[in-house]
Amino acid sequence: MTAAQTLSVRNLSIEFGGVHAVEDVSFDVEPGEVFAIIGPNGAGKSTIFNLISRLYEPSAGSIHYGDQDLLKIPAHRIVQTGIARTFQNIELFEQATVLQNLLVGRHSRMPQNPFSNFLFTSGVMKSELEHRRKVEDIIDLLEIAQYRDERISDLSYGARKNVELARALCSEPTLLLLDEPASGLNNEETDDVSFWLDDIKNDLGVTLVMVEHDMNLVGLVADRVMAINDGRLLAIGTPDEVRSNAEVQQAYLGVSQ
Amino acid sequence: MQFLFKTRYEDDIRFLAKTGEKIRVGMVIAFLLAAPLFLPSYYLGELGMLLVYAIAGVGLMILTGHTGQVSFGHAAFLGIGAYCHSILMSHGVPFSVSVVLTMSLSGLIGMALGRSASRMHGFYLAIATLAFLILVETALGEWGSLTGGYSGFSVPGLKIFSVPLTQVWQQYYVDLIFTLFVVWGASNLFRSPTGRSFVAVRDSELSARSLGVNVEWVKIQSFGVSAAITGLAGALLAHQLSYLSPETFDVLHSLKLLLMIVVGGLGSILGAIFGAIFISLLPVALSFLKDVLPPSIGEQAGLEPLLFGLIIVLFIVFEPAGIYGRWMKIRFFFETLPYYRKSSFVRQKSYLKTERMR
Repeated sequence: MTAAQTLSVRNLSIEFGGVHAVEDVSFDVEPGEVFAIIGPNGAGKSTIFNLISRLYEPSAGSIHYGDQDLLKIPAHRIVQTGIARTFQNIELFEQATVLQNLLVGRHSRMPQNPFSNFLFTSGVMKSELEHRRKVEDIIDLLEIAQYRDERISDLSYGARKNVELARALCSEPTLLLLDEPASGLNNEETDDVSFWLDDIKNDLGVTLVMVEHDMNLVGLVADRVMAINDGRLLAIGTPDEVRSNAEVQQAYLGVSQ
Repeated sequence: MQFLFKTRYEDDIRFLAKTGEKIRVGMVIAFLLAAPLFLPSYYLGELGMLLVYAIAGVGLMILTGHTGQVSFGHAAFLGIGAYCHSILMSHGVPFSVSVVLTMSLSGLIGMALGRSASRMHGFYLAIATLAFLILVETALGEWGSLTGGYSGFSVPGLKIFSVPLTQVWQQYYVDLIFTLFVVWGASNLFRSPTGRSFVAVRDSELSARSLGVNVEWVKIQSFGVSAAITGLAGALLAHQLSYLSPETFDVLHSLKLLLMIVVGGLGSILGAIFGAIFISLLPVALSFLKDVLPPSIGEQAGLEPLLFGLIIVLFIVFEPAGIYGRWMKIRFFFETLPYYRKSSFVRQKSYLKTERMR
């Protein structure tokens, strides 16, 4: 596994038919830190994620991970640079089991050959076993062993969130983009998430970037916070600095008369 | 009720983990192997036909059931397979070489179609594959110097290593060997990375892409594998039909293949086989129906396509999981006796699914 690197985003912009969803946003994420992106609905938080994972094409700006220019890499190769992600609305493979989902998580690290797969040669068997072992490590870490053979369509919302996190971890990322890891979870489940995020950061050495509305969770786990509104950057700093920033308060609470 | 203790990772990879499964599959294979001993040659021929359709069904199932790409054009690959194989055989190419070449050609054409269809979804994909079918059907008819045109093409007799196999039972065994090979291979595909990436593309292109799956390439691969297998079915079908004409490979034939996998149960190899059994029994039911119905209805020309359409609709409404789904439910009923309840298979409403990223 390669070491975590610095994610540097410079002057990033994207327009959707005249709407500036993200406008001239620059920030750095240092290796090993937990970086949170906050902002009201429609501020462009998820759009930044989609730009980093190359699902959208930016209209201007640059994104570098270490010395790699992400804008030169197609979306399906991003995971090989060490960047994995989860989705706001949980994008799991519904009709497959948890185990199969997690194995797809290892896709980027498995050899692909339709011919040897069709004949299931001994090499394929060996690779399956080897990657299964890696998957089991993640299953242990996130304590989802009881769901291993369940279909996703039979799982509860909270369990799906865990499975999606596990699937992202299966690709052995050095940087993890988490799109609202605690949305729709109850207090107890949110506490679990904060423990897991700590584990992932400390045990696996993964840099975390997350979009999150739950300010308690952000205050608890984030080292630095970036606030954006209407696609523009408002403030970057420690959670307390950002929380006390006048512009941020204005964006959330409105202008005082 | 049966508890399955897994002690090794191989237990999840191996086929036929349960004793019951071993017995069932063993019995089916034993029946198929012994069939020529007790079946009259007419029924043996029908069984051979069933096997050929099972191969074609597996081919379409990989594309539509597992990768989620609907194809109204799969009869074209049957046609390409049948004509390519027959033409090669008539030029003296040995059977084994001809089969490999046929599968390769069909697979390459499938990949080309997949290349152009890889960015289309749903409705547009259906139209594109339909257009492809009409193109192939017309080409087979018009390219008279090669295919014999609309007057048809006589298929050379089956000959392997210059041993002529003219008996029904000999052809049947050839079909059986290929069927077992294809079913085994297709099942292998879905316990390895290639098949998993197919399923991933079906369920969520978005997250498949972010996990490192090259979605366009997966679709091209899936079209290729599917077309190669369907082409093989076409080659074997040619020997069954012994006379080819372009009209054989029309839209109705495509619809028949689709009917087969929808009725059998989308997304499972076993479903394709159930579908093939169903489609083989359908003509029997149809001739029975013609006897029962008053002649004014029974003699109508469009009865068969009407029935196809009706059956697809009824299955989609009442049993979307097809015969395979029903089979699983019946098994579950007996395994958990007496705990089965009406609501055992009622699914929860699915969670937030946005169209935002499409």
